[in-house]
Amino acid sequence: MQNSTSQDDPYLLPRQSLDKDISEDILERIVEAILFACALVSVLTTFGIVIIIFQETFSFFQEVSFAQFFLDTKWTPLFAERHFGIWPLINGTFLTTVIAMSVAIPLGLCSAIYLSEYAQPKVAAVLRPAVELLAGVPTVVYGYFALLFLTPLLRNFIPLEIFNSLSAGVMMGIMITPTVGSISLDAIKSVPRSLREGAYALGITKLETIFKVVLPAALSGIIASIILGISRAVGETMTVLIAAGLQPKLTVSFAESIATMTAYMAQISGGDSPRGSLNFKTLYAVGAVLFVLTLSLNIVSYWIANRYKEKYE
Amino acid sequence: MATSYQEDDYFASGAEFTDNVDQRESLGKVFEVIFLFGLMIGIFVLALLLFDILGDGLGRFLSPGFLTDTPSRFPDQGGIRPAIVSSILLGLVVIFVTVPIGVGAALYLEEYAPKAWWTAIIEINISNLAGVPSIVYGLLGLGVFNYLLGFGPALISGALTLSLLSLPVIIVTSREAIRAVPDSLRNASYGLGVTKWKTISSHVIPYAVPGILTGVIISVSRAIGDAASLIVVGAVGFLTFDPGLFQRFMALPIQIYSYITRPEPGFASAAAATIIALLLLILALNGVAIYIRQRFSIR
Repeated sequence: MQNSTSQDDPYLLPRQSLDKDISEDILERIVEAILFACALVSVLTTFGIVIIIFQETFSFFQEVSFAQFFLDTKWTPLFAERHFGIWPLINGTFLTTVIAMSVAIPLGLCSAIYLSEYAQPKVAAVLRPAVELLAGVPTVVYGYFALLFLTPLLRNFIPLEIFNSLSAGVMMGIMITPTVGSISLDAIKSVPRSLREGAYALGITKLETIFKVVLPAALSGIIASIILGISRAVGETMTVLIAAGLQPKLTVSFAESIATMTAYMAQISGGDSPRGSLNFKTLYAVGAVLFVLTLSLNIVSYWIANRYKEKYE
Repeated sequence: MATSYQEDDYFASGAEFTDNVDQRESLGKVFEVIFLFGLMIGIFVLALLLFDILGDGLGRFLSPGFLTDTPSRFPDQGGIRPAIVSSILLGLVVIFVTVPIGVGAALYLEEYAPKAWWTAIIEINISNLAGVPSIVYGLLGLGVFNYLLGFGPALISGALTLSLLSLPVIIVTSREAIRAVPDSLRNASYGLGVTKWKTISSHVIPYAVPGILTGVIISVSRAIGDAASLIVVGAVGFLTFDPGLFQRFMALPIQIYSYITRPEPGFASAAAATIIALLLLILALNGVAIYIRQRFSIR
């Protein structure tokens, strides 16, 4: 019984004839290896980023001390009197990010709530892609619009410098709205219907259901979307480069010109600093700070989104 | 007779229970309008933006030679041909590099990858790469393509940098497309004794093509609109010839940036006109995607 082979059984073909020839088996293995290599490219990309950035950053810190980098309050690597304090650049990035998020969070959440709770399915099917178009517009275009439309418009009401963090931040916020909106929308949509119906059954109005039941239930997804939005704002380059200027300073005034980390990086690489020079290395040192910052934000967002994902399933 | 003290107290107080439902519902109506308003602001800004750019740039865009001449030092002369040629070349290289690698990676992760710690790392890694700022990709490109491989600030360096930038998006969208292929299709194929790769190449891929194409278009239009990484890799703001793969290069967003930063007044409308060209290019790409998707969907 155990050893009943195909030879004994007239209904089974000999195993040999069912087997495809060996070359096919080899082909299968080759294909799998090639596809695996494709998947590996992403890992290599990450290694490439880490190695290249930290190699140059390491050599930067052999010339400039940590104290100069993290304790100085001036960033003037291009002037005769050189200072390498990163804080003015972080300040600029922080300022534009705060402005951007104070636009993107309310607009994103309003869009998500309206699309999920109020809009008829047919209307939502038109409005959602319309909002998401905002994310497809190239960022130079937002820079153009901020500098040549929004700033002149705002200058009628508020005394702004030509380059200022307000218009750059506001435009960036509009651009990030779909990021916050669509991830929040998915989170809100995954709140089970029974929760809403339970609330209605207790005589609660639709608005109260949204604020007291739906949003708290979707909170993890909403927070994840906001953190991802912050990460986008921190890493965004062209809008701030064009509209916020290149003046690294420690200020909380949204009316003045500032410089973000990304804007400085674009400036220094446009200036053709020779490889190996200290200026060239500042590009990587700032890049390392930016990379670590956005990477941690992305990881936190990913972690929050996944942690509570299965709650209702 | 009192069995429940609270109830009695309540009615004894003579107060009438009111649920304020009208007031609460009308507050709800107010908020509905607020939510709709928040949603419409984005769309309104988009419309305003397009309107403003058309107003600023349409005249210049339609002026003779704008699309076919090389740039000039004077704002109302010359055109943007080198930028258009650069952008198209960049887009083509991105497609040729990322489609095979991206779809390959997606196929591996969906069809072959075992559930193990290292495949989990690859997955987390891809989603993290999707969030790395474009300018950081520029640093990678500068290090690897300009210096390590010795291409210098050439179009190929920019194109490969943009390819790495768009790879995560293509992988993620292709995976979704592949995951949407019903298992019954695979099982039917296996049931006939067809090998795994044959099943994938003749059934899974054709079925997933519309979804994959959508992802390709999204990421290519993003790559064509990207400027930050190209600035780092060494794109130039002024080019008087059409670039080849190994020559200095520009791109439409770089051309826009270079026009915006010039002080003379006329360059603003040249920038707006270039934006029109860029948006038309992206629109055309999306049109092609929609067309192909519809053709493949009818089966």
